[in-house]
Amino acid sequence: MAKDEIAREFQYIGTRPNRPDGFDKVTGRAKYGADVSAVGMLHAAVLRSPYAHARIKYINCEKAAKLSGVKAIVTRDDFPIVKDEDTLKLLENTIAGDFAYYDGHAIAAVAATSVFAAKEAIKQIEVDYEVLPHVIDVDEAIQPDAPVVRENAGDFSVPEGSSPNVASYIEFGRGDISSGFDKADLVKSGRFKTEAAHQGYIEPHACMAQLDHNGQGEMWVCTQGHWYIRQMCAAVLGLESSKLCVTPSEIGGGFGGKTTIFIEPLALALSKKTGGRPVKIVMSRAEVLRATGPTASASMDVKIGMTKDGYITSGSVEFRMQGGAFGGSPVGEALQCAFASYNMPAVHHIGYDILANRPRAAAYRAPGSPMAAYAVESLIDEICTDLNLDPIDVRLKNAVKEGDKSSYGPKFKKIGLIETLKATKDHPNYSLSLGVNQGRGVAAGYWMNHGGETSVSVSLAEDGSVNVTVGTPDIGGSRASIALMTAETYGIPYDSVSVNIAETGALGFNEPTHGSRATLASGKAVYEAANQTISEMCRRVARKWQIDPDAVYWEKGYAKPAGPNAGDFSPISIKQIASEMDKTGGPIAGHHEASISGVGHSFGVHIADVEVDPETGRVTVLRYLVVQDAGRAIHPSYVEGQFQGGAVQGIGWALNEEYVYGADGCLQNAAFLDYRIPVASDLPNIDTIIVEVPNPDHPFGVRGVGETGIAPPLPALANAVTAATKVRLRSLPMSPAKVLKAIKTGSDGC
Amino acid sequence: MQYHTPSSFNEAVAISNSSAGLIKYLAGGTDLLVQLKIGNKPPDHLVDIKNIPGVRDVILRKDGGYTIGAAVSGAQLTGHKKLSNEWPGLVEGMELVGSAQIQSRATLVGNLCNGSPAADSVPGMIAAGASVSVINSFGVKDILVKDIPTGPGSTSLEDGDLVTAINLPKRNKYEGDAYLRFIPRTEMDIAVVGCAVNLSLENGVIAAAKVVLGAVGPRMIIAHAAADCLIGTKLGENILSSFSSECSRIARPISDKRGSEEFRKDIIGVIAKRAATKAYARALGNN
Amino acid sequence: MNKIHVKTNINGDRVEFLADPRETLLDCLRDHIGLTGSKEGCGTGDCGACSCIFDGDLVSSCLVLGVEAEGKLIETIEGMAGEDDLHPLQKKFIEMAALQCGFCTPGILIAAKALLDRNNNPTENDVRYWLAGNLCRCTGYDKIIKAVMATAKEMRETA
Repeated sequence: MAKDEIAREFQYIGTRPNRPDGFDKVTGRAKYGADVSAVGMLHAAVLRSPYAHARIKYINCEKAAKLSGVKAIVTRDDFPIVKDEDTLKLLENTIAGDFAYYDGHAIAAVAATSVFAAKEAIKQIEVDYEVLPHVIDVDEAIQPDAPVVRENAGDFSVPEGSSPNVASYIEFGRGDISSGFDKADLVKSGRFKTEAAHQGYIEPHACMAQLDHNGQGEMWVCTQGHWYIRQMCAAVLGLESSKLCVTPSEIGGGFGGKTTIFIEPLALALSKKTGGRPVKIVMSRAEVLRATGPTASASMDVKIGMTKDGYITSGSVEFRMQGGAFGGSPVGEALQCAFASYNMPAVHHIGYDILANRPRAAAYRAPGSPMAAYAVESLIDEICTDLNLDPIDVRLKNAVKEGDKSSYGPKFKKIGLIETLKATKDHPNYSLSLGVNQGRGVAAGYWMNHGGETSVSVSLAEDGSVNVTVGTPDIGGSRASIALMTAETYGIPYDSVSVNIAETGALGFNEPTHGSRATLASGKAVYEAANQTISEMCRRVARKWQIDPDAVYWEKGYAKPAGPNAGDFSPISIKQIASEMDKTGGPIAGHHEASISGVGHSFGVHIADVEVDPETGRVTVLRYLVVQDAGRAIHPSYVEGQFQGGAVQGIGWALNEEYVYGADGCLQNAAFLDYRIPVASDLPNIDTIIVEVPNPDHPFGVRGVGETGIAPPLPALANAVTAATKVRLRSLPMSPAKVLKAIKTGSDGC
Repeated sequence: MQYHTPSSFNEAVAISNSSAGLIKYLAGGTDLLVQLKIGNKPPDHLVDIKNIPGVRDVILRKDGGYTIGAAVSGAQLTGHKKLSNEWPGLVEGMELVGSAQIQSRATLVGNLCNGSPAADSVPGMIAAGASVSVINSFGVKDILVKDIPTGPGSTSLEDGDLVTAINLPKRNKYEGDAYLRFIPRTEMDIAVVGCAVNLSLENGVIAAAKVVLGAVGPRMIIAHAAADCLIGTKLGENILSSFSSECSRIARPISDKRGSEEFRKDIIGVIAKRAATKAYARALGNN
Repeated sequence: MNKIHVKTNINGDRVEFLADPRETLLDCLRDHIGLTGSKEGCGTGDCGACSCIFDGDLVSSCLVLGVEAEGKLIETIEGMAGEDDLHPLQKKFIEMAALQCGFCTPGILIAAKALLDRNNNPTENDVRYWLAGNLCRCTGYDKIIKAVMATAKEMRETA
């Protein structure tokens, strides 16, 4: 049976056909979150706290309610009492109760007949705030005398005597790190800090929702995961999940930031209050930056010991991360990634998840990994310089491979770090000569990737073409990849496969398009479902031929007799089988539900070349190379796209992006003008090499690829700037002012 | 908000005088619409000047200088070969404002009247000795551009004043200008510091110089002492070094989210000397 | 607030709509005419997702008032393809995977078309600076720039 073989040569996989949704996306036909409207639709606006921390003493909506066009106003009182701790945090973030916890925290929402009326109405809502002390910086927040963000925030893991803003504590490791450091020829430590960054998707959050008094509701929303949205809205509003139908629009970027709820429950609550009228909410860019889920800011201490011939003897880290006012920074994942690329004889990790008066962090592409990479890879670079060792050779000496125990516990199965390092070393970019004020940096990065709950279905159309229904929204071309894997499984043309992303009612639970899982998990499930239909088709053909089902096998779109003993039958095409299916037993369809396992880790290595203007501190990226293990590149163009996109987000984070807060705890740069993501003229081409060390646990060898790419740029650029200036920058972003100061003073003061 | 489309300057002024409330004129709109979006109260009357004849014209006057209509866009300026050749610094200042999309709409007059101390086109206009023609109910007057900005977001223009055009003096041989700014990215940022230099040479030696610093004070700073450094020289490392220090000395920047006082003082001198170098090369006849 | 009756031409079709004078051209295209291909990414002229051609000029339609459209010729992404076929840029973008989420794509295509209409032989630097006003967060711009350059080459060769 084709199912039991992992084919070595592919007909469709690895090719670069046009993506099926390409036409809609280049003509403006594709419908995103804000692109719908409905009869009777109302527009909503949200009143947000202007203070970083305040007690809300009262809210008076009387004046606002009287304005022409206003149909409903909701505050926290319009939401049910919630007991479950996780749901309570979600609800608190969705709409404030007794306290506003950050600048931009939603206080109330209005639905009106026009956007202008809704915006006017929120100006008329009177709120009496008692302003409270706030804390923004992670190292300030962890001090014992810091303003308390939320009472009783610490969980069972937090050691006694910790600051009240420590929400949780992690500690793990193995081996004797002290004796490990004793064995080293050089032990170095450093503190590294990163600031919060926003995912920066160009499409602001938008949804249109309808909810009636019976709890029957519908929502159109741009999201990475509509089952998550359904589950969270149901929890926060006290609805029955199956009664809420959530349909995902096309999505204009997510990167993890659209895997949770922000405005969605507000739209539903408003709709219910108007008697079920559709309510549309579209966030402004300022709201997106202030009040969705940027990633954490981090302060990290690293200590590494190395022998003079380049072997790591011991490593320890302490990471402090703030994930906003409700906890949930990715400190755990950061610790997992910190030394993941290396064989650690002894290793120790400590992590603090700390609260601050900032928005609730959401996932951002390999959450925690970029910060960890910046700290560890920068320090390794410093050690390499001090010991006069080649940075790639040192990484090759310490690189993890199959069978090695990872720094965070499990043993690695087959992985491709060594192959990736070798490919990087062999690339001509590694040996190009550099000019004055120029420098080269190298760094590695890692992401675990994720499988998770998946539910798909596959069905045959009467003409032999195939419909595939999945639950993972297409952010970056996954429809094409899924169609390629389906085409490969059946042996039918790519164009004969049609991939749909269905609403919540049509399939079992699906985790979002996150964790680099869409191609891996939906793909694996579709493979299983497709094979169910292939088995069924073989059974029907066997019945037709009156032979044993085991005597029929499937190859390249045809049911064939298994051997000369099976009988002299001509192969029957999928087209023919499909055309007769009503007579041979009815519809032919398959489905698969699983918590997909067999995830393959993806390692990446980047080379960055920069030039630094010594008089202004401005860093220009001259050359950039991404080398990463994709396992198997189903559609190489979209794999390259993930490499390039992740690299450029990392470049932005390393050089210019940061959340800037005033002394009042309010966000100062809530617009793309001053939250500076890279523009086209800032960048060179991003060269890519796809390394393929197939994942043994996936039918096609796929490893998730979307996330790893954002981790290496932070250290690669830091290492390049150090090479160009001879000064180490220990905090990001490496904005011109910071770089200039470092050049002039010989340190960055950190 | 009421929207008006007068077909003459007199009509525009009349609307302004007879209407109550806040009145704003609209040329390119690339500042006004942003301000409306971020929540500023809309004006009671918006007077769109783009239908008035002549507002999009670039005219060469009999005296040899250019008059640029109030609705001439940055893209139009860049596309005007002769004007760009005579005043590359003034044009490049305007050209740096925003994206290609912004360039199709943004105007010198708008950039000036918005009153930002970081406005990219204004240092070049001041260095060129430009003036604006202003009409109000009393008649027409000419005001030097340097006398328009009075502080962040404010100008010396009064209610009812409408700028109709920018006037540039005649350009002579061996004169050259340049504008440079510092931004963290390569495009799409507001200037952290900016500097325009306009030079006039005699036998390759600088005979007259105008140096205007932007984004380092509540108004543009005309750096007289710095300009004096250059007179009688052909530049050179020492001259540029003292010139640079003088520009840093006279700068009075604030610290804000775009740059600290320290950083701005550090780099205004660097940007100024690079602008002077460029202006000098242009004045010599090299481009 | 009295609405203004605007008569204009969009993609070759005569169109009329009522606009609140405060509404932007982008608002009017999306909400009154149903042309949702132009997107709002920022509303402040920083992202270019709303790019349109306004009387021959490339503009950010979030910075043009709807009432300014009176008597003008407006071209949006919906009008970029010909009757029989996509524009060469649109085809190249699909072929060369120059889009991932596709949200910035309409604005980028309009801007790129505006460039190639005035300069059929841009350098890579010309393209990067021309497109500086169009933000993309997914692709890192690499495949976009390559697709524009490749289209320019192809259009020169078939001209």
